Amino acid sequence: MTDSPPPASLELSLEVSGLAYAYPDGHQALFGVDFTVRRGERVALLGPNGAGKTTLVLHLNGILTAGAGSVTVAGLPVGKAHLAEIRRRVGIVFQDPDDQLFMPTVREDVAFGPAAAGLRGPALEARVEYALSLVGMEAFADRPPHHLSFGQRRRVAVATVLAMEPEILVLDEPSSNLDPASRRELADILRSLDITVLMVTHDLPYALELCPRSLILSEGTIAADGPTADILCDEPLMTTHRLELPFGFNPKTAPA
Amino acid sequence: MGAGHAHRLYRHGHTPLHALPPHCKLAAVLCFVVVVVSTPREAVWAFGLYAVLLASVAAVARLPALFVLRRMLIEVPFVAFAVLMPFVAQGERVDVLGLSLSVNGLWGAWNVLAKGTLGVAASVILASTTELRALLLGLQRLKLPPLLVQIASFMIRYGDVIADEMRRMRIARESRGFQAKGVRHWGVLGKTAGALFIRSYERGERVHLAMISRGYAGTMPVIDEVTATRRQWSRALTLPLLALPICLLGWTTL
Ligand SMILES: Nc1ncnc2c1ncn2[C@@H]1O[C@H](COP(=O)(O)OP(=O)(O)OP(=O)(O)O)[C@@H](O)[C@H]1O
Ligand SMILES: [Mg+2]
Repeated sequence: MTDSPPPASLELSLEVSGLAYAYPDGHQALFGVDFTVRRGERVALLGPNGAGKTTLVLHLNGILTAGAGSVTVAGLPVGKAHLAEIRRRVGIVFQDPDDQLFMPTVREDVAFGPAAAGLRGPALEARVEYALSLVGMEAFADRPPHHLSFGQRRRVAVATVLAMEPEILVLDEPSSNLDPASRRELADILRSLDITVLMVTHDLPYALELCPRSLILSEGTIAADGPTADILCDEPLMTTHRLELPFGFNPKTAPA
Repeated sequence: MGAGHAHRLYRHGHTPLHALPPHCKLAAVLCFVVVVVSTPREAVWAFGLYAVLLASVAAVARLPALFVLRRMLIEVPFVAFAVLMPFVAQGERVDVLGLSLSVNGLWGAWNVLAKGTLGVAASVILASTTELRALLLGLQRLKLPPLLVQIASFMIRYGDVIADEMRRMRIARESRGFQAKGVRHWGVLGKTAGALFIRSYERGERVHLAMISRGYAGTMPVIDEVTATRRQWSRALTLPLLALPICLLGWTTL
């Protein structure tokens, strides 16, 4: 048996280097973003409104095409050549579940991604059931998504992405609009998954709870990268980037 | 979020009619309507027999007569048009209760009324025994253009979302003291409609992003294969097959 470490390209789930992007109207949103995420890591992406977080997320599966720089997912560069494979590997959960759930029933919605990738019959059925069981929504398979509560829809949205067995799960503000119980349930689900997670959030306690590591994106560049607790305790850094802890929350004393 | 008004026509049940595959039922209704429409209008008795056929289908599906009749009310605007025909049509005229009516117009009105009513009744029975979702799968199976089926399924999915958006905008309007009364306020309503359009359009864009993120490339993947056995087909086609001889008889006895 050889003991050599696996090649770097297999170790890394995500590699973003020198990523810059300007919207067609000329507004530049990203100015050279660099970071990597190792396989199995859970990383929070923090930053004020308008920092470019959503813009960055849309680059990860090739919906927006980098003006400069590159994005690599598990060794595969994001580009026109393997778009289908990239979209299977990068599962994005959008902020509003109503945008994400577009099929008439929960089951069909969860089946959509795998079916588009060519899965059929019992294999498809099994995949759907498994993904719904991961988020505890098996009982709702035949319900129309618009008859579910917001928290349930968010969970189904996560299942639609998990059904594609992605390499990395990207969530855009997963805890927004959830009541405390749903927020905790979603945290339990995310913690139980054995998968790389990149989570965009304004909910700093949630980041601390779920993600050992955080990035701050500010004005289109990465302004900080380190352990979440250290970042949240660095007051000058936090104020420079318009990040504020909720009233009464102390990251030093919070149970990690 | 509102209750599912998408399913108002559907009546839940476990009858042989509910159990038939949707595309068989669709094909049967289509054939039946074609047969009815090609029956000569002078064969009055034939239409009576058709009605009896439909009534027995409704009985198999355990649909109460009142339920079917109430849902047939959508026909009313067309009836109004039929009622006008005897007055406005040209040609030979007869006097009924002192009114001068066109004979051609009377036949025309009867034609529209009888065939329309039968068609609407058949469709109501179809809609009451088939879920919208299944209807769409059936249409897809019958090789309707996929784009049309996709548009229809998005209408079902987002009907509620858009109605909800409309409701929120109305509440926002009224919370700021606006009440639509009279022509003077139509401008405001028009602008709201415009805003609703833009919101829906933007939602459409976001949904599209979510779809391509999951590998959508222009065609809906096949998730549910609807299939039908020969027996199910023959059961469904009983209706048009019974109607066909009536139609032929109608032509021979002219
Ligand atoms: N379609 C667009 N066209 C032009 N500019 C845009 C577009 N979308 C976003 N922007 C601009 O790009 C910048 C980054 O926006 P982005 O949506 O990525 O921010 P964000 O970090 O996700 O903010 P938030 O926390 O509010 O969601 C903003 O200044 C925004 O105005
Ligand atoms: Mg955003």
